[in-house]
Amino acid sequence: MSDITSQSLTSLVKNIKEKNLSSEEVTKAFVDRSEKSKELNSYITEDFSNAIDKSKKFDEKPNLDLKLPGVPMAVKDLFCTKDIRTTAGSKILENFVPTYESTVTQNIWNEGAILLGKLNCDEFAMGSSNETSFYGNVQNPIDKGLVPGGSSGGSAAAVSGQLTPITIGTDTGGSIRQPASFTGTVGLKPTYGSCSRYGIVAFASSLDQAGPMSQNVEDCALLQEVISTYDNKDSTSIDFKRGQYSKDLTKDIKGKKIGIPKEYRVEGMPKEIEELWKKGIEYAKDCGAEIIDISLPNTSYALPTYYIVAPAEASSNLARYDGVKYGFRAKGENLTDMYEKTRSEGFGAEVQRRIMIGTYVLSSGYYDAYYLKAQKVRKLIKNDFDEAYKKVDAILTPSTPSSAFKIGEKKNDPVSMYLNDIFTVPVNLAGLPAISIPAGLDATGYPLGLQIIGKAFQEQEILNLAYAMEDKISFKNKITDWWIK
Amino acid sequence: MSIDLKTIKHISKLSRISVDEKKAEKLAGDLNSIFKFIEKLNELNTDNVEPLTSVAETTLKFRSDEVKNQNIREQIIKNSPEDNEDFFVVPKVVE
Repeated sequence: MSDITSQSLTSLVKNIKEKNLSSEEVTKAFVDRSEKSKELNSYITEDFSNAIDKSKKFDEKPNLDLKLPGVPMAVKDLFCTKDIRTTAGSKILENFVPTYESTVTQNIWNEGAILLGKLNCDEFAMGSSNETSFYGNVQNPIDKGLVPGGSSGGSAAAVSGQLTPITIGTDTGGSIRQPASFTGTVGLKPTYGSCSRYGIVAFASSLDQAGPMSQNVEDCALLQEVISTYDNKDSTSIDFKRGQYSKDLTKDIKGKKIGIPKEYRVEGMPKEIEELWKKGIEYAKDCGAEIIDISLPNTSYALPTYYIVAPAEASSNLARYDGVKYGFRAKGENLTDMYEKTRSEGFGAEVQRRIMIGTYVLSSGYYDAYYLKAQKVRKLIKNDFDEAYKKVDAILTPSTPSSAFKIGEKKNDPVSMYLNDIFTVPVNLAGLPAISIPAGLDATGYPLGLQIIGKAFQEQEILNLAYAMEDKISFKNKITDWWIK
Repeated sequence: MSIDLKTIKHISKLSRISVDEKKAEKLAGDLNSIFKFIEKLNELNTDNVEPLTSVAETTLKFRSDEVKNQNIREQIIKNSPEDNEDFFVVPKVVE
């Protein structure tokens, strides 16, 4: 049945619509492979028998007009799923069963897809290697002992390892694009306001966005079309005219102007990344795009800004975990003692670190020096992009400053871990859409990604550019199934 | 600037996370290296820059103020670590 799990989403949808495959056959194939892939530790919660039941029900009365007819799909465990445990990778939510469904997942089920289970991620999406999860490390299907990236590490591993045809992640500072890059898959962070945040466990509300993670650009466009809707349950959801991303997908990008920001040539960047970037520029030229040198002068201030803004918002968002209304509770001598012990035992080290940073930068006497300063620099970073987009249609950069690293390699050095997101964070600060596509392998054979950043609401534009370049790159992931015994 | 143990204790109190001596020392080390990295922002003059509070350039939408009684008390209580069917239960706060 491996021929089923190696198919793209688009191909599975076609085969189900043409009745070459039933939903049950497809669902069973992915359940079977997921069962054999426990060593990857991609799942936090499995819902396999329900999935098979639902697929049988679908086949009894198949609605083949839907966009994802009877297609099984696992999702990041940051999306609330009604009656299915949602942990956000944290001990504090170990027993939390939502009584409602996130808008993004509801959109997916409305188009006929079937939930396979909930995928591992860094605790509250805070991490770049999936090592902060309370539910253990995720193995990168590329090689044993390698991180899959984070925070959507379980999602990236599940797509790359073919445990799900496609998935969704969330991206606050690179959490979709960096793991996509580390696993040789495609990941799109949409424009802020494109996908509803309703029912997504909140990390940093002004930065969080959900988006697709897939085997190829065509699949990515199809899922983006499904998940991007205006939603009055999210006050920052934006009511703009959304495209028919998969229908309007084209490789014709002739004459498009692509900017190359000189500030992304960072000190200490491996030669392979520099070469990959150069190759990417050549591919874009081959597709008929025009290359223009640009400057984003405040790039080096993006990470420090992010590490004020994101923890500040997180410290407010995570104040709700007090051991009273839901989640884990530790015993305490009085109310305050109960709060303090609950949060100390319920949150992991990285989450506590970020809550402390956030609390500090918002505290009396430090607010202006840190938080207000960061908001001002954030404005400068956004201005840089606004200025650049007067000259270009999109921007091409590497997705990450390195390929995937070993489990444990950066765990004890928070700052070196944070540097992973150096190319992805500016995009979140400016609220722009960006896609990471696999573009080559390093000397060890580990995947490397290129990032295409677009103008706000121009998802179609970057999907088209990615589609055209994907064709030229013709990337092949080297997956040996080493974890299947 | 450096963050000392006294400051760590203060932040820990504000964030309602209990911290023992060993954890406080580890946190002080981590936070100092992170703030050293953050302080790069001081290189920039931002005197005449407006702070950016939201990238979504949109005004909040109005909606009608309707009462929606969904009768979901049971569902909401269901996830609480301790309750008496009608209310959340916490350690005694009034003597």
